[in-house]
Amino acid sequence: MTDIAIVAYQQTDAVSDAGAVNEVELIIPVLGRVFEQAGLTNSQDVDFVCSGSCDYLQGAAFAFVLGVDALGAVPPIKESHVEMDAAWALYESILKIRMGHAESALVYGFGKSSPGELPIVLSQQLDPYYLAPQWIDAISLAALQARQMLDQGLVSERDMAEVVARSRNNALNNPHAQLAGEVSVDDVLAEDTYVSPLRKADCCPVSDGASAMIIATVEKAEEWGKPYAVISGIDHRIETHNLGMRDLTDSLSTRQAAEGAGMGQGRVDVAELYAPFSHQEIILTRALGLGEETSINPSGGVLAGNMMMASGLSRVGEVFDRIVSGEAERGIAHATSGPCLQHNLVTVLEKA
Amino acid sequence: MSEEQDVITGIEAPVYLKYNFTAGAAAARFLHQIKKGVLTGQRCPSCQQVYIPPRGSCAACGCPTEEEVEVADKATIQSFTIVTIPIPNNPIQPPYIIANLVADGANISFLHLISECVNEDVHIGQRVQALWKPEEEWDYAMDNIRYFRPIDEPDVPVEMIGKLPVTGWEGSADD
Amino acid sequence: MSQPEVLQQSFELGFTYTRSVGPVVGRFLTELRNRNIVGIKASDGRVVVPPMEYDPDTAEELSEFVEVGQEGEIVSFAWVKEPREAHPMDRPFAWAMIRLDGADVPMIHCVAANAESDVATGARVKAVWADETIGFITDIRCFELA
Repeated sequence: MTDIAIVAYQQTDAVSDAGAVNEVELIIPVLGRVFEQAGLTNSQDVDFVCSGSCDYLQGAAFAFVLGVDALGAVPPIKESHVEMDAAWALYESILKIRMGHAESALVYGFGKSSPGELPIVLSQQLDPYYLAPQWIDAISLAALQARQMLDQGLVSERDMAEVVARSRNNALNNPHAQLAGEVSVDDVLAEDTYVSPLRKADCCPVSDGASAMIIATVEKAEEWGKPYAVISGIDHRIETHNLGMRDLTDSLSTRQAAEGAGMGQGRVDVAELYAPFSHQEIILTRALGLGEETSINPSGGVLAGNMMMASGLSRVGEVFDRIVSGEAERGIAHATSGPCLQHNLVTVLEKA
Repeated sequence: MSEEQDVITGIEAPVYLKYNFTAGAAAARFLHQIKKGVLTGQRCPSCQQVYIPPRGSCAACGCPTEEEVEVADKATIQSFTIVTIPIPNNPIQPPYIIANLVADGANISFLHLISECVNEDVHIGQRVQALWKPEEEWDYAMDNIRYFRPIDEPDVPVEMIGKLPVTGWEGSADD
Repeated sequence: MSQPEVLQQSFELGFTYTRSVGPVVGRFLTELRNRNIVGIKASDGRVVVPPMEYDPDTAEELSEFVEVGQEGEIVSFAWVKEPREAHPMDRPFAWAMIRLDGADVPMIHCVAANAESDVATGARVKAVWADETIGFITDIRCFELA
């Protein structure tokens, strides 16, 4: 099978309100930097482009089409889009390359969630007969999941606060983080509940931002002469939409995706997990069987900044950065979509 | 079976979502200028094309556009259609004309209305000029221009549409 | 180039959807209009409320409806201190997973209560019907402590 390399990765800062920028203005500086990192000019220099975004976030119909204005699509390019996190755009791009239809691809994701009320916007992705008409928000659903964990003694509030404190402290080294600081477990526990049992600190912030990546066959990456990391596996699984029929305290789909991606075939030095709520990081860590040898969310993860539709790709980018810098030799990136970790994707990255 | 006993086969499930839209940087600059009665585009640093309304990038080259360029309120019809059906909630009564117009000094068309004309006589290459609302009504909006109307200038040949300088067709002809 | 003053405009986006519900959801909603709650039997015998058309494990088509109780037990809950505008209640309330008597799979709905301390996992709740039932999930206005 064709080996695929990540050659470049860039992202914006995660900010609570990007203000006066449209989708093109959000994307274009990141694309400029990622092309520069790969030694390319624009999307004419890659064989395929795939993006991830969701127009409902900002309430602008066909914003993803306007995003194409950032690409330089004259003459026409091969382009595709997923109404999902860009981690799934990466998946599509990998398939495209493995099928032999491309040797290189630009993958990018962007989201401007600040114009709307994100937890309510997300309620409308639920089943349209029983749940969406009740307008149950994404935070409340996560709180139902957290309560099950707490009731069953699978986590304590302190365990959850430890995840938050580690995220904030790790994020001090992440220049793109929205929330970072020397926060202690007791600081978190001193906070009142928000949507009980969750505290506000247990929930990721709403962030605007974009990220972009360039991948290529290993042969192409060698030709370009840039440092790269190899994607040795990628897989994803989805669980039923019926939350009552899922075991919300575990993530079977994550475990299966990790098996499919070959995570267990070597040591995992670093794991970037897309856990929008603190208890979900614990669910994921356990589902993946990660232990002491793995550094989990050294970037701070999405509790430090959650760029909807871009943060899944950012998880891959964070692991890529650490492998290329020599900090890690092998790592995994996880991305999620849907309520309470419904849909999960795992990518395995290795040193070239 | 009475109506009360009918089986439910469908539901009304409307979705209403509230947003606070922010214009992008390029659009905000354009709207600030149009509030003063000035049409401003952006020039691509690579291919030199001028876009109006600007979007902050050149869609052809994929590079950011920053240089602001004032364009004229005279334009050339690049294409048009005569609309004979009403738009719901729109005060404009059919038949009316929507046209792709290229302003003098710009290279890419924008959409606007054509009026004060005989609809059947409107044609590609025809010269038009903006009819602005009274200055006291100007806002951050494209409809500060009520519509464009024909002016007494010779037609622009098709191959020249989108290539006129800001000084216009007659200015160009003098060169 | 200076940043221009931010121009903002609030607006509401409306999608006036009407949905065809099909025979399974339709049966459930028809029963709701009559102030009854029905579930459906999954392949392994579990009673799923609200009913689904297909078994999520085996993809088998499901058709055996079962009437369930209007009371049940809280499996999990989230306490909403500050209801959002879109939420069904304008004072603090709970979202809950509720396993109705006779059902095996919990359903999600809202629970009216005066204080968080009144709600607990394992607490018994009962359905409160809307004044007028029309065949919609909100015909159950909410649950309240039994």
